[in-house]
Amino acid sequence: MSADRGSSNSLRPLRAARTDSSLGTDGDGAANAAGTGILRRLSPSALAARSGRARFPLAAPSWPESVPRPPPTPELGVNYDTDWSRRYPVRLARAMVLDNVARPLARVLASPLIRGNEGLTDLEGPVIFAANHASHIDAPLLLSSLPLQFRHHTVVAAAADYFFDRRWKADAWSFLLAAIPIERTKVNRRSADLAAELLDDHWNLVIFPEGGRSPDGWAQTFTGGAAYLAARTGCAVVPVHLDGTRHILPKGGTGLRRTRTTITFGTPLWPDEGENARRFGARIEASVATMANEASSDWWTARKQAASGTTPPLQGPDAAPWRRSWMLSAAPAQHDRDDGVEWPTRKG
Amino acid sequence: MSPRPGFVLEVDRSTPSTLFWHGERFSLERLPEGSRVIYAPEPVDPLKDPVAAIRSALSHPVGDRQPLPSLLRAGMKLTIAFDDISLPLPPMEQPDIRQMVIEQVLDMAAEAGVDDVALIVALALHRRMTEAELRHAIGDRIYDAFAPNGLLTQHDAEDADALVHLGLTDQGEDVEINKRAAESDLLVYVNINLVAMDGGHKSVATGLASYKSLRHHHNPLTMQKSRSFMDQHRSELHSSNWRMGRLIAASGVTVFQIETTLNNDTFPPAFGFLQKREWEWGAKDRLGYLASSKALDRTPARLARQIFHSVKAPHRMTSVQAGEVEAVHALTTQHVWDQQGVEVTGQTDILTMGLPYISPYNVNSILNPILVACLGLGYFFNLYRGKPLVREGGVVIMSHPTPWEFNPVHHPSYIDFFEEVLSETTDPIEVADRFEESFASDPWYIHLYRTGHAYHGVHPFYMWYWCAHALQHLGAVVVVGGDKAAVHRLGFRAASTLSDALEMAEDVVGRSPTLTHLHAPPVLMADVK
Repeated sequence: MSADRGSSNSLRPLRAARTDSSLGTDGDGAANAAGTGILRRLSPSALAARSGRARFPLAAPSWPESVPRPPPTPELGVNYDTDWSRRYPVRLARAMVLDNVARPLARVLASPLIRGNEGLTDLEGPVIFAANHASHIDAPLLLSSLPLQFRHHTVVAAAADYFFDRRWKADAWSFLLAAIPIERTKVNRRSADLAAELLDDHWNLVIFPEGGRSPDGWAQTFTGGAAYLAARTGCAVVPVHLDGTRHILPKGGTGLRRTRTTITFGTPLWPDEGENARRFGARIEASVATMANEASSDWWTARKQAASGTTPPLQGPDAAPWRRSWMLSAAPAQHDRDDGVEWPTRKG
Repeated sequence: MSPRPGFVLEVDRSTPSTLFWHGERFSLERLPEGSRVIYAPEPVDPLKDPVAAIRSALSHPVGDRQPLPSLLRAGMKLTIAFDDISLPLPPMEQPDIRQMVIEQVLDMAAEAGVDDVALIVALALHRRMTEAELRHAIGDRIYDAFAPNGLLTQHDAEDADALVHLGLTDQGEDVEINKRAAESDLLVYVNINLVAMDGGHKSVATGLASYKSLRHHHNPLTMQKSRSFMDQHRSELHSSNWRMGRLIAASGVTVFQIETTLNNDTFPPAFGFLQKREWEWGAKDRLGYLASSKALDRTPARLARQIFHSVKAPHRMTSVQAGEVEAVHALTTQHVWDQQGVEVTGQTDILTMGLPYISPYNVNSILNPILVACLGLGYFFNLYRGKPLVREGGVVIMSHPTPWEFNPVHHPSYIDFFEEVLSETTDPIEVADRFEESFASDPWYIHLYRTGHAYHGVHPFYMWYWCAHALQHLGAVVVVGGDKAAVHRLGFRAASTLSDALEMAEDVVGRSPTLTHLHAPPVLMADVK
């Protein structure tokens, strides 16, 4: 062996500059790639990226693919006890946060145009709100946009493996959204029983039947959870279509982007006599698809296509990924609206 | 739930960054996909009642030994020798194992009416311990009972009047050890086994020996033949010590060996993240890492060193066995392996290691460049059984600031060794032939060793010999983030970043090399198949 005199010194500036990318530290790249908006710059991941090191350890570490995950501790995941989040003092605190923080923030960030809520005026709960799912913003946006008779007495079904895998996450989501853990990868009696018990106890439920956020902007096939719960409890299902939220924070996105959104509440549905959960689930999905069509066209066109059975499927065309992306509107939907109108357009 | 065994992770794109020690600092580094990271087993469960376990071990010895109470009698001469400041690492929270064991031995001696009892710190050629360090190791009760009466002494390998030559082994090795120990009716040795190298006949044959005796196994040829010196059965260092130990026994010295093992619970809860697998870091661990790493980045090195050296390890005793030396040590070694062993398949082209702030020879002191080399190439490199983790001709990449800095009180001869010897040659055999004798016999170094708190004049040579096997085996050594001049003086290459170092290593081992990272401390032993 011999000392490599001078070599490291002469290479130091070049190599030091190369270090960040070659060692996988994100540097400023992630933040820059994400865009330039102030919200983007202030997002946690952008802050982490700009701090000069990879997201870990500011964010939780990722799990090596070769290492099996340990079974969740009994207190977490689907076994997490959310009773505390439905006690009166917690509900009061959540209502204050929802009305004074979440709603104004949603108005700034998402400018939601709410359609169809007039059809819920005379609806008596409990109700299951079944919506498409494209972004983490969906749950708080929908919850804060619900008519007042539902808003503060609604729980949100959230993925047990994602939102309840750590104590702090479970506590945070239970408080902020009244989230309850739902097993999304397999049928779990405890999940179903908890949701059914809450509906029986006159709590409303927000559920995303896709089971997860859309990976590319097109919806995924609806699972039968909402339909099953409706059939089991006799509750109404209100199909909801959320349009534009993927532009705010898409799956895998690192920054928040301000845009306009539309929330369309559909006509409440009940399972018909003898209708099984699968067929009822298809009806719910078809209803959401009609509303999606309405968001991209108009109400009359959407009704005509629904009547003729030519409503474009929620899942988009069966085509190459680039074509699917191409067909999605790159820009957020533009609505005819009078920005001077007070939002929400209707209270209660 | 039983502790998890050691683990070899294959890095993939989802693997979070890996912790690297860097002296008194640490960082998270991204390793290339396909790299391996070796993690130590989790701490094994400690003994529930260590005092009861100690008494049981003393009363039920293994091998050809009577129970300790039956070996003790009024009028006898009893000497208790024990390991010095170099064990364990970091120093453990009180009560130290030495205190717990010696208190039980003394209780039994008192019951038997033994009056002539002396305690000796088995220093070999290490520095003398301070009063505070001794009080921490053996407790105030023992210290106050023995030190004021001159019955607690530190072995002096240069005091000719306090040494006795017991003869030559069949290989012609001098066996010269502490006279009080050799002439006692019973020598009780209290050991702490941190790594598999410790204990056995090495306790007495090295810990209580003179330079004349030590030089037979502390030399480059012995170390090059020890593969590794952590594996007693393939270690020439141990073979020599075993020959000496058997001669000591044959000379009539009755050794009652007490060996203990520790779990590898190395850092207190505030630094718990240092011994956890990164993907299992919780919010508290990440907060602890961020807070401590950011704070340490802004802390002067001297203060950071003081902070780290004040850290006491929450080690707990996992086993205690007593009796005849070889029978005891066989059990001890097994316990050490149970705690530290990790099976690893195949060697690697590049071995990376983050070196911490501490080694056996710089407790409460500076990890100078020679000790950096010794820690990396002497200790970490040799943490294997079977084959070295890195292939012959491979590269070791060590991360350490390697400051050109020495503690003049503890390491005076290191300064001259670094300035005068390594500037001439880094070849261990040439170093030994040309320079060892003059340093070993230098009266000033001997004076500082005997009266101050200095390591013996020859000690830096031994640290360099400790690297001899690695230096012979490796194609290159790269130090990341080290003082360039100091690193070059050691004969190594300096890199400013890990990616630099990997590029340098590729120049030696070729493109697309395999890489393994030794995630230590906590200490682990790689069983390389």
